[in-house]
Amino acid sequence: MAPEVAVQEAPSQPTTRRIVNDFSIQVATVNGSGSQTANLVLLRSIFRMGIPVSGKNLFPSNIAGLPTWYTIRANRDGYIARKQDIDFLVAMNAQTAQEDVVSLGPGAAVVYDEPLNLATLRDDLTFYPVPFDKLVAGVCRDAKLRRLVRNMIYDGVLASLLKIDRAEMERALEKQLGRKPKAVALNREALDVGFAYAEQHFEKRDPYLVEPMDATAGQVLIDGNAAAAIGAMMAGVTVVTWYPITPSSSLCETLIDYLRQHRIDKDSGKATFAVVQAEDEIAAIGMAIGAGWAGARSMTSTSGPGVSLMSEFAGLGHYAEVPAVIFDVQRVGPSTGLPTRTAQGDVLSTAFLSHGDTRHMMLFPSSVEECYTMAIEAFDLAERFQTPVFVMTDLDLGMNTWMSQPFRYPEKPLDRGKVLDAETLDRIGKFGRYRDVDGDGIPYRSVPGDSMPAYFCRGSGHNEWAQYSERPDDYRKNIDRLRSKLETARNWLPAPVVTINRKASIGVIAYGTTHWAVVESRDQLVNEEDVQTSYYRVCAYPFRDALTSFVERHDRVYVIEQNRDAQMLSLMKLDLAPELAGRLRSVLHYSGHPIDARTITESILIQEGYRVETTRAEPSDVPQSAGVGGE
Amino acid sequence: MATVGTPPAGKGKVNRIGLASQEYRGTKTTLCAGCGHNAISERIIHACFEMGIDPDRVVKLSGIGCSSKSPAYFLGSAHGFNAVHGRMPSVGTGAMLANRRLVAVGVSGDGDTGAIGIGQFVHLMRRNLPIIYIIEDNGCYGLTKGQFSPTADLGSTLKTGVVNDLPPIDTCALAIELGASFVARSFSGDKKQLSAVLKAALSHRGTAMLDVLSPCVTFNDHEGSTKSYAYAKSHDDPLGELDFVPYFEEIDVDYEPGTTHEVSLHDGSTLYLTKLAEDYDPRNKLQAMSVLQETRSRGTFATGLIYVEPTKPDFIEMLNLVDEPLAFLPQERVRPPEPVLEAIMDDLR
Ligand SMILES: Cc1ncc(C[n+]2csc(CCOP(=O)(O)OP(=O)(O)O)c2C)c(N)n1
Ligand code: SF4
Ligand SMILES: [Mg+2]
Repeated sequence: MAPEVAVQEAPSQPTTRRIVNDFSIQVATVNGSGSQTANLVLLRSIFRMGIPVSGKNLFPSNIAGLPTWYTIRANRDGYIARKQDIDFLVAMNAQTAQEDVVSLGPGAAVVYDEPLNLATLRDDLTFYPVPFDKLVAGVCRDAKLRRLVRNMIYDGVLASLLKIDRAEMERALEKQLGRKPKAVALNREALDVGFAYAEQHFEKRDPYLVEPMDATAGQVLIDGNAAAAIGAMMAGVTVVTWYPITPSSSLCETLIDYLRQHRIDKDSGKATFAVVQAEDEIAAIGMAIGAGWAGARSMTSTSGPGVSLMSEFAGLGHYAEVPAVIFDVQRVGPSTGLPTRTAQGDVLSTAFLSHGDTRHMMLFPSSVEECYTMAIEAFDLAERFQTPVFVMTDLDLGMNTWMSQPFRYPEKPLDRGKVLDAETLDRIGKFGRYRDVDGDGIPYRSVPGDSMPAYFCRGSGHNEWAQYSERPDDYRKNIDRLRSKLETARNWLPAPVVTINRKASIGVIAYGTTHWAVVESRDQLVNEEDVQTSYYRVCAYPFRDALTSFVERHDRVYVIEQNRDAQMLSLMKLDLAPELAGRLRSVLHYSGHPIDARTITESILIQEGYRVETTRAEPSDVPQSAGVGGE
Repeated sequence: MATVGTPPAGKGKVNRIGLASQEYRGTKTTLCAGCGHNAISERIIHACFEMGIDPDRVVKLSGIGCSSKSPAYFLGSAHGFNAVHGRMPSVGTGAMLANRRLVAVGVSGDGDTGAIGIGQFVHLMRRNLPIIYIIEDNGCYGLTKGQFSPTADLGSTLKTGVVNDLPPIDTCALAIELGASFVARSFSGDKKQLSAVLKAALSHRGTAMLDVLSPCVTFNDHEGSTKSYAYAKSHDDPLGELDFVPYFEEIDVDYEPGTTHEVSLHDGSTLYLTKLAEDYDPRNKLQAMSVLQETRSRGTFATGLIYVEPTKPDFIEMLNLVDEPLAFLPQERVRPPEPVLEAIMDDLR
């Protein structure tokens, strides 16, 4: 094709405008086409140039052939939440290309597969058609490989258009493909071809550029599931039982990889861990509970549907006081309920999972680093408080790629909690498994095979000597002690991260991945309308007393979360005095896509009485949600 | 622990680890007088005493039901875990993963196993976890007052007149099919055989599945039930007389070489099966299945050791775990050193 035909006229002629290190790229492909390597190479090369990035995969519940969008956000100010607007589209999927292009904001740029003929759709965008099939034919003879290698060509094109450092791109490629020199060579050639094509045929018409910065030095790129896996290994996990479910599977899969590498006894060649893929989530948590009871550091990981199945055992764990760690990588709903989309929808049900007066501890990591640190902490807490502990992440955190400072080696030794030994037995006299010896609600426990006095472990029908009892006084005494144990826990659990702004009369509360959009939104609120806010980031449940004082300080407090029914707000209402609870307002986002800053900013401004011209509302900002089958 | 030691004078006979049989008892039973489950508890006490099992190493596991209550009534000084309905296998699996040195004794019911717990039962058998899994089989739900269980006989009637028109599950056939390495059936009233089967099971390494017919005297001991005392007594079809000689006792030489069948067990002890039935070899899977079919078609129960595969690798072996219990590994063996974390971080840059 002749170059003058290849370059479409963008009417706004924005060639002099430069937008450096502040844009999002979306690659639209079909899943199963092997675009993940190309996308990660793109992400990593920008990251290595020192620019803050995040990478989010929006994928269907399907193995091959349905639309997938991968979004990279690069932002010089460090905002890495999702952003609604796409600035740079790579349209590789015939199925969605038209809709993808139609939904772009004016001024965006589109690299597309030439036969898709997209340039006629809009006259306010910059189009770069690339004959991918023709180009790949020159690189790769093997028809099977072509589909994969084709993707690397768009990386080459983007390197040219966005001015991404090619040396970094090649390094990222080597990193991605590692010990497969043939694959590296083939893909490098594809990069070159794409780059050369763009250099020869395109004149830069869009404003988006990458320039080296120094904001990511020393940092790592990792997803939350892998981070939690590293945490679990460093916590000394010994028994891992699980049942596959998106989006949590990769947590245990990555953990298994790490354990195999780092937890095989050098001398004997034997494992210091056991992993069992259970027959379902009921068995997975049953095994974790059995192992925790018998003294192991045990865990399982799952998502909402699995948590539902675990409910009875979670209650037993609470009442029988058995440690176990459960990672809940939250997704949307049961069965075919958007299994590959994100939500913070298990908060309320997990807090009270099971029946009776059950209440569970939950940790809410908001970053990959906290996935790591809270994983370690969860094991200590589970043993210290002899109870199941839930680590509540979500699909966005668990499966997407985030940058982070490298994780620090744990300073604290493992806390194995109050496990009875001869000395303690001497001190306390007679062993009563459920006796509150120290006044903190936490009894001592013995472990099978440890030569300490045994006890019979069962549900809530027992007295402090672990004898079966249905007496009203025994029952009340026991569950009152359980409450006092939870009271003790409040101040052991990770503290909230609180930023008090003395000028602010309104506060915001958030948790988990919502944090990133909140950071950006708070800046938008100040910069655009001079709306000052304080910020309280919840890290654990039960809440600390600091929550009360935070709400007291502010006239109105916005609880921002990714579910429809204001689940965290509801939990807070149970703890707060009615007049304080009345100060709580909601900002809710529940489209299956990660929350973005603009959604929060607009919602708060509207509720604060500002006139706001709303941007395109969710969820129509991304084409359709394709999906078949639960995962 | 405290219970191990010289028994007080006057306690009578002690076993090889110096414990009196009294020390294998638990709290007083709360089951109905005459319940078959109580008789089974007695046999467990007897077998563990005779085998010199250290209660300190035993974990007693159960689900929910009258049967599942019974672990409280034996081995009072051992740890026990009364899990949730039908899920004892998973708890037992977890415990054995945590500490491979434990001896797991699980008690379940026919409802606990055959209905709500059938999934976990199936996978327990597949894994061949080292555990003794006893089904106290009364063909009904005792604890919830007499409803049909999945082992209730076709055509049997409830006291209320409701007729069961579904065929029973044969847990022995199922266990063999699924890979259990020791499958036996006995009857709570047959002290001699049940003791022998239990002792053999205690010496087996792998899943020992015991279906013990155990009449519910309150809800299912009426005429027309194959799980009644009268019926079980007259219709039990012993496969062979089982005698078990643990490795720490003299081998009884009374057995004629031509009439006994020798089965070596995992721990080096030997199981002798005295053949009454023609050529019954418990190591022959096909024959085991056909005996079950054949006896069932005659309305009888084959009792005794139906199937055994003594050398089959058990689940813990397959996991290639370190020798020490995982539960007791010190920090330096479970938390990798700092350079490991640094290398992982480097790899992510
Ligand atoms: C999840 C759940 N569902 C139902 C019950 C009620 N329940 C208690 S015991 C039982 C049946 C027990 O039957 P079986 O296992 O045969 O024991 P048996 O009492 O006959 O010895 C049932 C249905 C329960 N405890 N938990
Ligand atoms: S109801 Fe039946 S099974 Fe339960 S204790 Fe009584 S006799 Fe035994
Ligand atoms: Mg029953």
